[in-house]
Amino acid sequence: MTKPAKIPVLGRGWINAWFRSREASLVLLIAVLAVVTTALNPRFLSPQSLKDLMLNVSIIALLVLGQTVIILMRQIDLSISSTVGITAFLSGTLFIDHPGISSLAVIAVAILCGLLLGAVNAALVAWGKIPALITTLGTLYIFRGANYAWVHGRQVSAANVPGSFLAIGTSTFAGVPILTWIVLILLVVFSIGLRQYRAGREYYAIGSNPNAAVLAGINVSRRIATGFIISGAIAGLAGALWLARFGTVDATAGEGIELTVITSTVVGGVAITGGVGTATGAVLGALLLSVFSSTLVFLRAPAFWQQAFQGAMLLVAIAADAYLAYRHALRLRIKWRHV
Amino acid sequence: MSDPTIELIDIYKSFGSTRVLEGVSLPLLPGEVHSLMGENGAGKSTLVKIMAGLHLPDQGAVRIGGHDVLFRSTAQAQHAGVSVIYQEPTLFRDLSIAENVFMHRQPKTAYGWIDYSEMNRVVLQHLSQLGVSLRPEDPVLGLSIADQQIVEIIKALTFEAKVLIMDEPTAALSLEEVKRLFEIVERLRSKGVAIMFVSHRLEEVFAISQRITVMRDGRVVGSKPFDQWSTEEVIRKMVGRSLEALYPKEKVEPGEVVLCVRDLRRAGVFKDISFEVRQGEIVGLAGLVGAGRSEVARAIFGIDRLDSGEVSIGKTKLRNHLPQAAMAAGIGFVPEDRQQQGLVMEMTVIRNATLTVPKQVRRLGLVSKKRERQIAARWTDRMQLKGHVEEPVNILSGGNQQKVVLAKWLATGPKLLIVDEPTRGVDVGAKSEVHRTLSQLAKEGMAIVMISSDLPEVIGMADRVLVMHEGKLTAELSRAEANEESIMFAATGHADRRDRNSKTDLRD
Repeated sequence: MTKPAKIPVLGRGWINAWFRSREASLVLLIAVLAVVTTALNPRFLSPQSLKDLMLNVSIIALLVLGQTVIILMRQIDLSISSTVGITAFLSGTLFIDHPGISSLAVIAVAILCGLLLGAVNAALVAWGKIPALITTLGTLYIFRGANYAWVHGRQVSAANVPGSFLAIGTSTFAGVPILTWIVLILLVVFSIGLRQYRAGREYYAIGSNPNAAVLAGINVSRRIATGFIISGAIAGLAGALWLARFGTVDATAGEGIELTVITSTVVGGVAITGGVGTATGAVLGALLLSVFSSTLVFLRAPAFWQQAFQGAMLLVAIAADAYLAYRHALRLRIKWRHV
Repeated sequence: MSDPTIELIDIYKSFGSTRVLEGVSLPLLPGEVHSLMGENGAGKSTLVKIMAGLHLPDQGAVRIGGHDVLFRSTAQAQHAGVSVIYQEPTLFRDLSIAENVFMHRQPKTAYGWIDYSEMNRVVLQHLSQLGVSLRPEDPVLGLSIADQQIVEIIKALTFEAKVLIMDEPTAALSLEEVKRLFEIVERLRSKGVAIMFVSHRLEEVFAISQRITVMRDGRVVGSKPFDQWSTEEVIRKMVGRSLEALYPKEKVEPGEVVLCVRDLRRAGVFKDISFEVRQGEIVGLAGLVGAGRSEVARAIFGIDRLDSGEVSIGKTKLRNHLPQAAMAAGIGFVPEDRQQQGLVMEMTVIRNATLTVPKQVRRLGLVSKKRERQIAARWTDRMQLKGHVEEPVNILSGGNQQKVVLAKWLATGPKLLIVDEPTRGVDVGAKSEVHRTLSQLAKEGMAIVMISSDLPEVIGMADRVLVMHEGKLTAELSRAEANEESIMFAATGHADRRDRNSKTDLRD
């Protein structure tokens, strides 16, 4: 019997591992894109354009955090965009109906509302055992439909929203938009949660092998439910921030962003089959897509190409994963065959 | 004799109207390997699941250390010191070995964070104690089944399991890996762990256990120390008939050459494979897991590409090497994994049995129910398929599923039938029906290639045995020459098989 191989000491091995990670390739890609675009159009790196970039990516990146938890469990949450729509309008009406209400209270109510909508998904998926794709496709339409009925053609405009609240969506702290700070703080929270806590690892476990998760004593239904509730609460927060960012909100707020969010998450290395990926990677995925769209804008690519590029990026990411998995399988085949 | 670590007392369990366990009592003693044998459906798995906390008994008690306990979840069973290693390892392939071991109960640091270094340290300690060269940080993805079982065993060890239940752990292991597993089991036994070993493989059961219990139809039909059992008696108890009746191969005078393969080679997988199979012959293809037997079969049938060599059926050489061409030439192929490769689990028996002959079931371009039924019935009746032909195959037992796969290929009227592990995971009753069918087909002039890891089956059924080792044919044995020793000797890579020391002694 052979002696166990020496474990690599923390340090070089760890750094090596990082350079081979998905996060590293994303950072590299983003850097390459930025360098190329700046070379062709130096205004790309102007403070104003960087700020716009960060503002554009922040709400998507926020939603990506919630979606990461969901996709890690081999689930999916399509309903987030409708939740954003409802909570954005709700936040606006709170300011109209209750003049003088504090911004924090509005954000809290928006989060609570998102959480409740997430709980609807949670109940249907975790205990109703309806596949998440169907459940959240249904609630995507139901929430949006209910929103249309409730909004009834009205609109919240920036004039109805206090300037202090709008400042959250536009002002900066230490050169970085407040919105981006919120995302960064939550990114740290999610990263630590997913890496350093048992509950976090259980999301990976469930996505990796649901049956084994049951055998390990994990309460899978409850864990799946909390995932959808987290995703809903994040969407609620995103709704309030949507109002802060854009000021004007009607019934269509957020429509269609669920697909951008899912694309970003998958491009960021969270496997659609669950069990693999990190919050950082997913957020970098969102950043990559965002940088890519501004590159297209700066290079004056026709707008209708943007979506096509986004789709292509998704397929490239998935193809890259499949290729790596194939290479890995090939290596194993060589390892087990001794002919 | 010491007190049992865990004792099942008069357990009853039914699922719906089916009674699965009827008054089973079973003690597991510390420092004893207790083997549980029985046909599929005898109730072994249910018994294991009750001890694992996945099922509650309807009646009866599970007693640990003199107290009656009720396991309502796997976690409760684990905390009471009962660990189960299932046939298929249940691991998280994307996570590290250490994480797999400690999932849901990771050690924590003072801040409440997961203590990865402690986790890795403990797992590394166990790995080196077991003499396994794996690293705790390695992902489970890519580990062999044997190594995955090691991970499961370490999981059990970290629970400080007093009772270790192993449900067919050796089904997918090579001989070397079985030996390593048995060394580990022996070490645990000597430390006083009570071990239950569920297996279909007689030689392993006799090699490893102190006590053997045989179940049939939900009851214990015999339980005594291993040295008071004989192989024949165990089988008789399991099925209620004797060994000879199990392998009803009739003597047939071989006819014309049906299959002829010359110098088959697939780089890195097998090479220099040449043999012939004649009408009425059953040729056994034996060897260890990974020797390349299934790969040869897949290449003959045209699933995998050949790098060189030729395959002929009768006098025609197969040129366009695709499964369609092989089927047209008269080859039928019953694959190893019937659930993944052999059947469409949600479809009915009739549909599955006629999948290979779409043209025959067609009338005016549409599938005719009547013709489907006729064609399916021809073979399902003959093999005494139990279960309704309009039911989906996923509700059938393993043995009956295998009969459907056979029926599906027989419907094509093949000249040559290749069967890969035809009776793996099939209970003894259905096994003998599969054997009877194969024997009958050979008698009617079909040529059969049978890949099997079940040595008694190969010896009992085959007219000739070809043995493979690491991608090469190492022996061709006549029916008279073939026995467990000669086959295992060739399978481990020795050309001369007369050496007595080669006996595959697992109890060493």
